[in-house]
Amino acid sequence: MLKNKENLVMKIIIYVVCIFLAILSVIPFWLMIVNATRSTTEIQQHAISLIPSGYMMNNLKILLGKSFNPAVGFMNSLIISIGATALAVYFSSLTAYAQVAYNWKLRNAFFSFIMVVMMIPAQVTMIGFYQMVYKIHMTNNLAMLIFPAIASPSMVFFMRQYLQPTLSMEIVQSARIDGAKEFMIFNRIVLPIMKPAIATQAIFSFVASWNNLFTPLVLLTDQKRYTMPIMVSLLKGDIYKTEYGSVYMGLTLTVLPLIIVYLLLSKYIIAGVALGGVKG
Amino acid sequence: MKGKKPGYDRYAKYGYIFSIPFVIAFLLFSLYPTVYTAVIGFTDLKGLGMTDIHLLTDDLFRNFKTVLSNPSFQGAFKNTVVIWLCNFIPQMLLALLLAAWFTDKRSKVKGQGTFKVLLYMPNIITAATIAILFSGFFGYPMGPVNDLLVRFGFVDKPVELLRNKTVARSVVIFIQTWMWYGSTMITLISGILGISPEIFESAEVDGANRVQTFFYITLPNVKTILLFTLVTSLIGGLNMFDIPKLFQNGGPDNATLTTSLFIYNQAFSGSYMYNRAAAASMVMFIIIAILSAIMFFVMRDKDEVQLRKQIKQQQKEYRMRLKSGKENA
Repeated sequence: MLKNKENLVMKIIIYVVCIFLAILSVIPFWLMIVNATRSTTEIQQHAISLIPSGYMMNNLKILLGKSFNPAVGFMNSLIISIGATALAVYFSSLTAYAQVAYNWKLRNAFFSFIMVVMMIPAQVTMIGFYQMVYKIHMTNNLAMLIFPAIASPSMVFFMRQYLQPTLSMEIVQSARIDGAKEFMIFNRIVLPIMKPAIATQAIFSFVASWNNLFTPLVLLTDQKRYTMPIMVSLLKGDIYKTEYGSVYMGLTLTVLPLIIVYLLLSKYIIAGVALGGVKG
Repeated sequence: MKGKKPGYDRYAKYGYIFSIPFVIAFLLFSLYPTVYTAVIGFTDLKGLGMTDIHLLTDDLFRNFKTVLSNPSFQGAFKNTVVIWLCNFIPQMLLALLLAAWFTDKRSKVKGQGTFKVLLYMPNIITAATIAILFSGFFGYPMGPVNDLLVRFGFVDKPVELLRNKTVARSVVIFIQTWMWYGSTMITLISGILGISPEIFESAEVDGANRVQTFFYITLPNVKTILLFTLVTSLIGGLNMFDIPKLFQNGGPDNATLTTSLFIYNQAFSGSYMYNRAAAASMVMFIIIAILSAIMFFVMRDKDEVQLRKQIKQQQKEYRMRLKSGKENA
């Protein structure tokens, strides 16, 4: 009896805490979306409201009338994120395949090297990177935000961990007997095997590159090249100082696509986090 | 003269060939900038658009000395560590608690999937957006927080909350915790689920309660994951940039200035002191490299190390047997 009662109390505590935390996760975004539909006067009277109002289009008009251009930011972010993600997953898979399928002398040394550099963030070498890019006059070139993704040590690490138990060398051998070239074997046989790992890593790579602020902020000075996070940072500027509704509108525009995609893919994303794929 | 494995020599070269793109990209975009940053740390490079570098002639380590003795850098370093510590400890405790609840067979929490999705959500949202959103929430004179405080009578009229150093720093800490505990929780849950269920069953048979099970079985079994989380979080924390930059731009009075923000400000906003920024970067680089090395030794493929040891042992035994065989004969 006592045990049951104790269990019940415990259960209530657990649900209360979890529901509280769930609300805590949602409420800032809910407030943001609601305030995006309210006029600045309404917000100034009462900044908290859970019920939307009717000033959405008005806020949007004020927002777009100034330097905030979400369409440009969206396109640039999309180009960078898709490009970087495609390169990262393809070449990381290739490098991981080289680790798993072939017996070469420097294999272990190379893998140790990857593990050593895996944790070093790009930020601490940004001064040198900026100077290098500046010297070759590529500061406003999106390619400089895409090509470095070819070398993604942590992704190589996880791709290798995935491939090692999954890849059967017999399939590779029989493809060789059928006369397939090594590069073709990778593209036609190994890549499809790696699909689940590629999907997970692609999601995280995409999100990381979409949300990245530091590198684009350093490299991009041309408004036409701005990415979404830089566009967002413009909302902090003086021109929107009194336009509360529009600022919330701008923030909502940048967040909504992410939330929608997240809710659609949440199953895979949670599974991916469980694999230990990302951490910041 | 073909060896035991006929495919060995013929295909080995592809290991090198397939690693070439990675190596080239790494040399160009990672190694070269790293070395370049290190070199700039020893030069007089400053000013917008300058690229010519000259090594310092009077005192090669002048930039490093200037940076390390700069009160602003010292303060930034202290802030970074304090903000990281104050977000990591509650984040870890909360994540552990939730992970223990979610994996406990006795409580059978329903709707776990939904909870996981919601608690993890802040992590996926652009940090830049979240920083600006929260600075709006604490806005003066009329932000939602002030609205609440006035409505519930905590204060008579709106207060300029973010003028207060402690408040500003606490908000940054809160945002960091809020963004990351979900991720830590999910990592821990997967670690706990990886523990063999028999251990938990036998603990239950032995009459261990929840608390005992947690401290004597769960915790020791996820030690590696805890360490992994600690180091990755520390490295991430040492590079904290987006939130402090867009929340209050390091203010008020440098209370939320982090080392990354210090480096950015030195190099890219106004003063263009690339040499000092590079020196500060190298200081951070060294700290992170040491942490990575620790991580490397922990994460090494333990089975492989074991296997190599075994092979060595066998070779030794084999040699010993050969020796003793000779002696016997």
